[in-house]
Amino acid sequence: MNSIEKSPIPATPPRVIVREAAAPRPRWQVWLIRPEVVTLLLLVIAAIVATRLSPFFADLGFILESSTYYIEFAIVALVLTIVIISGEIDLSPAAQMALSACLFGTAFKAGAPIPVAMGVSLLSGLVMGAFNGVLVTVLRLPSIIVTIGTLILYRGLAQVLAGDKSISGFPSWFVGIDYRMVGIVPVPVLIFIAASILLGLFLGITIYGRQIYQIGTSEIAAIHAGIRVRRIKMGLFIASGLVSSIAGLMVASRLGSVRYDLATGGELTMVLIVMLGGTYIFGGRGSILGTFLAAWLLVIIATGMTVANIAINAQLTVMGLLLIVSIIATNAIYARSQR
Amino acid sequence: MTGSAPLVSARGISKSFGGVEVLRNVDLDLMPGEVHALLGENGAGKSTFAKILAGVHRPTRGTIELGGKPVEIQSPIAAQRLGITLIHQEPISFPDLSVAENLVIGQVGGKPLGRVRWAELAKEARRLMSLLNVPIDVTVPMRGLSIADQQMVEIARALASDSRLIIMDEPTAALTPKEVETLFTIVRRLREEGRTIIFISHRLEEVRAICDRVTIFRDGDKIETATTASLTDADIIRRMIGRPVADYLHRGTSHVGDVALSVRALTLPGRFENISFDIRKGEIVGLGGLVGAGRTDVARAIFGVAPATSGVIEIDGKPVTIKEPTDAIGLGIALVSEDRAIAGIFRSLSVETNITAAVPKRIAPKGIIRRTVEKALAKESVEKLSIRLASVRQPIGELSGGNQQKAILARWLLAEPDILILDEPTRGIDIGVKAEFYDMIGELAAGGRAILLISSELPELLALSDRILVMSEGKLTADIPRAEASQETIMHAAVPRSGRHTVSGAAA
Repeated sequence: MNSIEKSPIPATPPRVIVREAAAPRPRWQVWLIRPEVVTLLLLVIAAIVATRLSPFFADLGFILESSTYYIEFAIVALVLTIVIISGEIDLSPAAQMALSACLFGTAFKAGAPIPVAMGVSLLSGLVMGAFNGVLVTVLRLPSIIVTIGTLILYRGLAQVLAGDKSISGFPSWFVGIDYRMVGIVPVPVLIFIAASILLGLFLGITIYGRQIYQIGTSEIAAIHAGIRVRRIKMGLFIASGLVSSIAGLMVASRLGSVRYDLATGGELTMVLIVMLGGTYIFGGRGSILGTFLAAWLLVIIATGMTVANIAINAQLTVMGLLLIVSIIATNAIYARSQR
Repeated sequence: MTGSAPLVSARGISKSFGGVEVLRNVDLDLMPGEVHALLGENGAGKSTFAKILAGVHRPTRGTIELGGKPVEIQSPIAAQRLGITLIHQEPISFPDLSVAENLVIGQVGGKPLGRVRWAELAKEARRLMSLLNVPIDVTVPMRGLSIADQQMVEIARALASDSRLIIMDEPTAALTPKEVETLFTIVRRLREEGRTIIFISHRLEEVRAICDRVTIFRDGDKIETATTASLTDADIIRRMIGRPVADYLHRGTSHVGDVALSVRALTLPGRFENISFDIRKGEIVGLGGLVGAGRTDVARAIFGVAPATSGVIEIDGKPVTIKEPTDAIGLGIALVSEDRAIAGIFRSLSVETNITAAVPKRIAPKGIIRRTVEKALAKESVEKLSIRLASVRQPIGELSGGNQQKAILARWLLAEPDILILDEPTRGIDIGVKAEFYDMIGELAAGGRAILLISSELPELLALSDRILVMSEGKLTADIPRAEASQETIMHAAVPRSGRHTVSGAAA
């Protein structure tokens, strides 16, 4: 094998042409004009407004406690961020949470010890994710349709399996993960922070993270560059299934019971978090940091409105508007950097 | 031409993008009834100037008079209302609409809620296509057409809008010699009708064949406007690049080694069949043929993008299985793809990310990217291939086409391939950079690599290849040794014996 060192390319005489490439934008602009900055800004504004509304918000402990309702969705949203950066989408995680939690409950009722039942649940997450992955990567179907299909399928299976009744009666050590604290930080929040750091590093400094951005930027170019696109996407769908089943178990622990309608509508919350975090819906751009900030933005706005006694339908209106504003901001920023 | 007033009179046109001046104080008159070539390297400013006339860009400074009246061309629609049409370099069309529908898109004056009269529309479309003398069924969707045919539709669309000034930005890049001849016939007729045509091309022989005057740009300045006949090719090239260019003459086969790549009876139904050839180490094998002959499909099959259904690929005498590009890369094969914009670059990602995309093991031996190694590799490549850029961290989309292509070549050189497939490596690249590419390709072969060079430019094939294979309609029709190769022998083998291409129009 010949290295290029052995067969040097003759350098042409240096020419003073810098104009062939447009000048790069100043570093401060590259750092400042990013969607994450918009998210951070919104977060600060929301925090200030919320503190005015209620003195509770000056209390970090209160915010952390009230976050536990959203934190499971936020954890799944971290993986969803990576899926969306790769150019796909997964709308089935909430249904996967329900089915895996119902499998856990059913296994427990059938007499399996809790660790075995948890194993069943995690395994089901892997299988459900792999099923999505096969449909998308092997049969080459569009993920948005596939996962709308499996969203309904998994939810339906959960109902067939568990019926309309709640399954409860789990041992007390399993129940109440949200009341376990490390200092003032509930365990689920700790899990979210740890997962954010790990996935942020995965996306930011590993070769897989790099390749995921490349796939999302141009899948065809990625294939031509020898990147194993299908394998990576398969892995992402499996990861999505696994994290959904973990989130399902966390809900089961928090509520002390499971039912087929657990986490209903959660997929929209997850997509909302990812979009608020400035991830580009068409793939190739986005970050874990953005999703992390967006999760706290959502927590503050949702609890803030609840504390301020704003009716639930008005809350939805605000969320919807927020989503649209964030998409406009994200698009404007990316259009700017496209030039 | 002399004596009459200019149709377009541009004075002091300057244009800056983000603080970078790409056009400086350009004065230019365009006469009615002339074909005027704009020449210059990529980034010289010729396309920017054309786009200002077409309303795509607004000048930073300067005035434009059209027919003696000052005008401001605010948008492409405004340009069209003024009778200025730009024919894009790459056909922009709606692949799922019919040819006829594509022909009327962009025409101004239709009523928003008016009923579409399909029969009239098809009739008008047929009339336009018959002007071009190209037998294209106007009822089929654009998707089914070759790039050349799509280009013809694009030209017909400009004719439909009855423009006074027609700007053709590299209209011949994807055309066969016969189609180029057809295009020239049309251009000549348009000139006789008193219309003005701006013709942007890198091919000097075409400029010589069709253009009355040329204007040469370099680095954003207008260097000279002159009648075509008053300048020799060497004059033009010297003015374009500002330095004499070494002739890229064939340097001869240095040493040809063992067979590196051997292909036997490779078949992908509907694309190509029974393709067999060998490439030896140190050999440059040209692969010629008309656009759509299946050359790219063979390359994609060898590289594993769309593998063949039957046949054998052997590397260094051993049969191999290539199911995806990863397999091919592992076996030391690299493919510089024909379609740089889609299958090559990651537009919004940095140049360094683009350069190191095919060598994950080198930049991240343990899975974690080593930024210093990556940066060093990228900078080394930038220097070796003299890629012109401001920073390796800027998005590759900000570079000129030639420099993007160099970055893609750099990507594959980092992978240290034994077998290098180059599919139209110099398409849309200006002459100066082309010469650099030819030097590089020669050096790579001299270094013992086996090279398969796919090209639609016959002079390029003839200058570089040790041997030229020719494909026609999915079959290998000739294997011409260098001594016997000529434009005629290649075209003779490339032109199908049946179908709409005929031998008579093929010699260009």
